Amino acid sequence: MTQRIARRFQISTLAAHLVLIGFTLLALAPTLLVIMNSFKPRKEIFGAPLALPSFETITLIGYDTVLKRGDILNYFQNSLIVTVCALFFIILFGAMAAFALSEYRFPGNRLIGLFLVMGIMVPIRLGTVGILKLMVSLGLANTLFALILVYTAQGLPMAVFVMSEFMRQVSDDLKNAARVDGLSEYTILFRLVLPVVRPAIATIAVFTMVPIWNDLWFPLVLAPGESTRTMTLGAQSFIGQFITDWNAVLAALTLAIVPMLILYLMFSRQLIRGITAGAVK
Amino acid sequence: MGKLVLEGISKRFGAVEVLKTVDLDVADGEFIVIVGPSGCGKSTLLRIIAGLSDQSTGKVLIGGRDVSSLPPSKRGIAMVFQSYALYPHLTVEGNLTLGLKQARTAASLIAERVAEAVRILALEPFLKRRPGELSGGQRQRVAIGRAIVRHPEVFLFDEPLSNLDAALRNQVRAEIADLHRRLGATMVYVTHDQVEAMTLADRIIVMNGGIVQQIGTPSELYRRPANAFVATFIGSPGMNMVAGTAGGGVLTLAGSGRLPCSAAANGAVTAGIRPNGFEILPGGNDGLAGTVIASEYLGAESFLRVRLADGTVVTVHEHPDHGWLIDQPVTLRLRPGNLHLFDAASGVRIAEGPDAAAQPAAARVA
Ligand SMILES: Nc1ncnc2c1ncn2[C@@H]1O[C@H](COP(=O)(O)OP(=O)(O)O)[C@@H](O)[C@H]1O
Ligand SMILES: [Mg+2]
Repeated sequence: MTQRIARRFQISTLAAHLVLIGFTLLALAPTLLVIMNSFKPRKEIFGAPLALPSFETITLIGYDTVLKRGDILNYFQNSLIVTVCALFFIILFGAMAAFALSEYRFPGNRLIGLFLVMGIMVPIRLGTVGILKLMVSLGLANTLFALILVYTAQGLPMAVFVMSEFMRQVSDDLKNAARVDGLSEYTILFRLVLPVVRPAIATIAVFTMVPIWNDLWFPLVLAPGESTRTMTLGAQSFIGQFITDWNAVLAALTLAIVPMLILYLMFSRQLIRGITAGAVK
Repeated sequence: MGKLVLEGISKRFGAVEVLKTVDLDVADGEFIVIVGPSGCGKSTLLRIIAGLSDQSTGKVLIGGRDVSSLPPSKRGIAMVFQSYALYPHLTVEGNLTLGLKQARTAASLIAERVAEAVRILALEPFLKRRPGELSGGQRQRVAIGRAIVRHPEVFLFDEPLSNLDAALRNQVRAEIADLHRRLGATMVYVTHDQVEAMTLADRIIVMNGGIVQQIGTPSELYRRPANAFVATFIGSPGMNMVAGTAGGGVLTLAGSGRLPCSAAANGAVTAGIRPNGFEILPGGNDGLAGTVIASEYLGAESFLRVRLADGTVVTVHEHPDHGWLIDQPVTLRLRPGNLHLFDAASGVRIAEGPDAAAQPAAARVA
């Protein structure tokens, strides 16, 4: 009897794992293809796109091309500056707004919360024309600052929403104890509340950083100039109307994955705690 | 110095009135316990004293100073919370010193204060640990230590024992009583547990629905409860409340018998009799007729539950080895001076009701 239950349990976990493994493969396949093919010569990419690079075929020609074009480092730097700065502002302002919304009672509190939820649902790209006009008249066209501003605006609603939910769970007694001890509201937020909601921050960091890093739209519209190009936009320069240097494109994309991977690993421990929740108590 | 005065404090959240004009005068060094059922506004009142939330009207004075508009850290108070509220990322030592450092206290004075708190609460072994590595009782002691180092004029406790298990609760309760004796500081202590209130307090404030029901020493509240709420809330097991009619100095308790009572009582009343106010005799005697329906044996004593003729069930205190059987008819008599009369509609105590202390011979058994 118990054995039968045990076996049925095994079979169901096995099935669950098969489904999950299948899904993982499906999700990873495009990335793996890009990475594999970035090490193959052009002929092999089209001749046998699914084959692993062998000893005879392996080549670094794509990476060579990419790195020889000196501006690739510049693209990298631009992407990093934009992503890290936007992330910083999103978390900073997001935390402050979330603390205000979750901690203080003031007229319009719920209205502002609702307004932010709308910000999550309405894509910021709908306002591209307006944003472009604004940036041009502010003299910010073709600057990284324009991108940072737009991405901060894009990421804030979600950040405020998630963090204020988490902050509501932080014990009132703890904050009040700090007030009795004479800590300022800023110290309470940054020293006491933020460390407790770290998992929420990691979650927000991962979910907002990836779309920013990968975005092609706003760099193309707001900062297409040579000096302000981001990685994703830069990789496009290998795609021509008539000839495309696929080796270089794939190599550039592979390189673009690396920083995200590193940042992700940094946040991932916190992230898992955030997703499995209950961590805040 | 540690005198606390509340003048006409009220609090409303939107349309809901949570506190209704609370006036209070706490003497220096007094231990005041605010007791009442959960949701009656005790914590709200304490938070107003602490400055953690604003009163809608009224003033808070500490040590003769109007502190109504000062932040919590400048009021000369320290607070101990139900959930301990220790800073999770700091060691015990860090928890004790943060407030003093924040106030830019001299390092030598900080060390002195911490040493004092550590000595009083025996915290030495834990100084380098984080709150996560301490048991509930130890955490609460650290929380009390964090209050002590502030040398406040007034200590505020918000249900500090509620998260502890029963055995620990008695121990920490004794420690708090001890602390009060030792420091002689003014303390305001909130609890929903009347036993804590009775054992700790110099004076108790009983609250219900945001209204102060009565203020007095434990024995005043026990002997002369101002209304039916205080009567049932204070004392364990609670006072028996029996409906009756009074007139011309005679009290008729619904369906069960007649007793003499104060001539001031007239019309529908509620009679309050504590379990130990009854004397129990075999059925057929003069008094209240009833039937034994249950017996609770507690070792040193036991409590009988007796159903009266009209269906009211009362609890009666009895020797542990009584011979009463379930379903046995009995007669209850009143011991002299144990009858409290309350107006049936308003619940207010009817004046001149016999007082256990003052008029032991006044009430006779019918
Ligand atoms: N921030 C608030 N907003 C609205 N109502 C509140 C708020 N805080 C407390 N209350 C209400 O005030 C009443 C008293 O609360 P509280 O003082 O915490 O009760 P107690 O400590 O006696 O259990 C409760 O009915 C509670 O619902
Ligand atoms: Mg409370």
